[in-house]
Amino acid sequence: MRMFSLETLRVSRIARRNLFYGVLFASPWLLGIILFIAYPVVASLYYSFTEYSVLNPVKKFVGLSNYTNLIFKDDVFRRSLYNSVYYAVFSIPLGIIVGVGIAMMLNMKIKGQAVYRTIYFLPVLIPDVAMAILWIWVFNSQYGIVNTLLWQLFHIQGPGWLASPKWSKPTVILMSLWTVGQAVVTYLASLQDVPQSLYDAAEVDGANALQKTWHVTIPMITPVIFFNLIMGIIGSLQYFTIAYVITGGDGRPGQSLFFYAMYLYRNAFAFFKMGVASAQAWILFIVVLIATLVVFRTSARWVYYGGEEAR
Amino acid sequence: MTEQAVQQAVVPSRRQASAVVRFWRRYQSVIREVFSHLVLVPLAIIFMIPFFWMVSTSLKPDTQIFLWPPVWIPKPFMWSNYPEALSFIPFWAYVKNTLVIAFFAIVGALFSCPPVAYSFSRIPWAGRDTLFMMTIATMMLPYQVTMIPLFIIFSRVGWVGTYLPLIVPHFFGGAFYIFLLRQFFMTIPAELTDAARIDGASELRIYSQLILPLSKPALATITLFEFLARWRDFLGPLIYLNTPEKYTISLGLQMYRMEHSTEWALLMAASIVLTAPVIILYFFVQRTFIQGITLTGLKGV
Repeated sequence: MRMFSLETLRVSRIARRNLFYGVLFASPWLLGIILFIAYPVVASLYYSFTEYSVLNPVKKFVGLSNYTNLIFKDDVFRRSLYNSVYYAVFSIPLGIIVGVGIAMMLNMKIKGQAVYRTIYFLPVLIPDVAMAILWIWVFNSQYGIVNTLLWQLFHIQGPGWLASPKWSKPTVILMSLWTVGQAVVTYLASLQDVPQSLYDAAEVDGANALQKTWHVTIPMITPVIFFNLIMGIIGSLQYFTIAYVITGGDGRPGQSLFFYAMYLYRNAFAFFKMGVASAQAWILFIVVLIATLVVFRTSARWVYYGGEEAR
Repeated sequence: MTEQAVQQAVVPSRRQASAVVRFWRRYQSVIREVFSHLVLVPLAIIFMIPFFWMVSTSLKPDTQIFLWPPVWIPKPFMWSNYPEALSFIPFWAYVKNTLVIAFFAIVGALFSCPPVAYSFSRIPWAGRDTLFMMTIATMMLPYQVTMIPLFIIFSRVGWVGTYLPLIVPHFFGGAFYIFLLRQFFMTIPAELTDAARIDGASELRIYSQLILPLSKPALATITLFEFLARWRDFLGPLIYLNTPEKYTISLGLQMYRMEHSTEWALLMAASIVLTAPVIILYFFVQRTFIQGITLTGLKGV
């Protein structure tokens, strides 16, 4: 009996000691979570139910009216939400398809792999502001290089791209594909981890190249596809800088590039409607949350973690 | 025919067959490689065209910018576009401002993130896993949710217009770096730290003299990523910096664009100057880049 109680005493002493040091080492982040995440999240939720301007710091409680006004009465809000969802719906799947495609071609121990990888990765390095400025010029409808090449090579009269309300969103989606190199790096690393034995086994079973791709390669990299999908949802719904710089913040032409985060920014920092902007932030949060939850829910059906032991 | 004779008859043909299979496989893989190059080369050219266009435009004399058909190689090279672009804006002041912010943000991240990751990966304390899950969850929180209350706090304490809102939060950890470091620390064998504990080393000593020296690659990755993040950051400076003397390089370039929206040679020159340090850095520390991306991008959440 004595032994037993000594043992529990010792265990609890170790647990106490671990708790002490664990909290001590984690303390910067514990403070960080409270100061820079928990408090702002709660405050933002509270602001979203108020009419609150920095200029007039008296907050007036207005219930759900910020939300209902945005959703039911504000055309610009709906427009900006539509733009951001449109951007996400096209740029994410395209990014995954192109990224996986390039990575699979690079993974064939192909000659010049390092050179290709560098070329595809370089655009990732361009700061957003420089990239936005560059693409305005690249897609200039008269003197830009895209329309020039379209005309000189194929005799096609190119569209107005960023100057055309119809083409502006496809153009920024095309731009997003230019930075696919970041995802390619992650897919490539994951492809290199697929054990050769799986391919050998598939071959013994008589699988052709296409079957090997579909039944071995793709399942083995689904965890990375899943990761990039989640990150893509979170990132693309917050799409801001490039469109802000291209349009000088107003989303021209005809609000076709007025994205969700731009409207939120304008309400907060141009009109100082902090209550409305907070409601916008919360709607964004809820949309992100629902989208990621749906993806997480479906992940059991298509994300394959069986390869983990093989690593 | 005896069995032996059958075998003798079969073996050579089997050998022949395997030669055919080998040939077929080689042939297939050559075809596949040729096909890949046929796709990858044009794609690589398409990827490089904007770079080419940027450099070409930046070196053009004014008269060659709006020409049809366009001039591909400027004649002569207008190197003077560069000094001109940089003198239009207080370029070096912007660089200095950006470097000041980046330096302190890096110091903050290196000070605050590794101990938290150590706590998450090496000390089994009650509540640790909950906090770690919360850390992962915060990565999903849109910046816009915390942006407004933080702006209000910082404006109350009179920090708007200073670098403090862009620096101070980095001294309190960041989910992304903590996650990255934790993943790295997990790869350090537990026997190492257990042995040190049995020898009576304190946690502080294990952390500072064992884990940190082993983690130089991960710390380098964080330094690099934080530098890039601050060099490229736009929204933060846009919200908090309201006087041109305090602008960072990204914000300064955007303002420059608003004022000189058609001087493409100068705009391209300035964009190249903004991009060049990053690309040069990439070629020096390519492995750190790639490792950092795969470490966080690959191991999943």
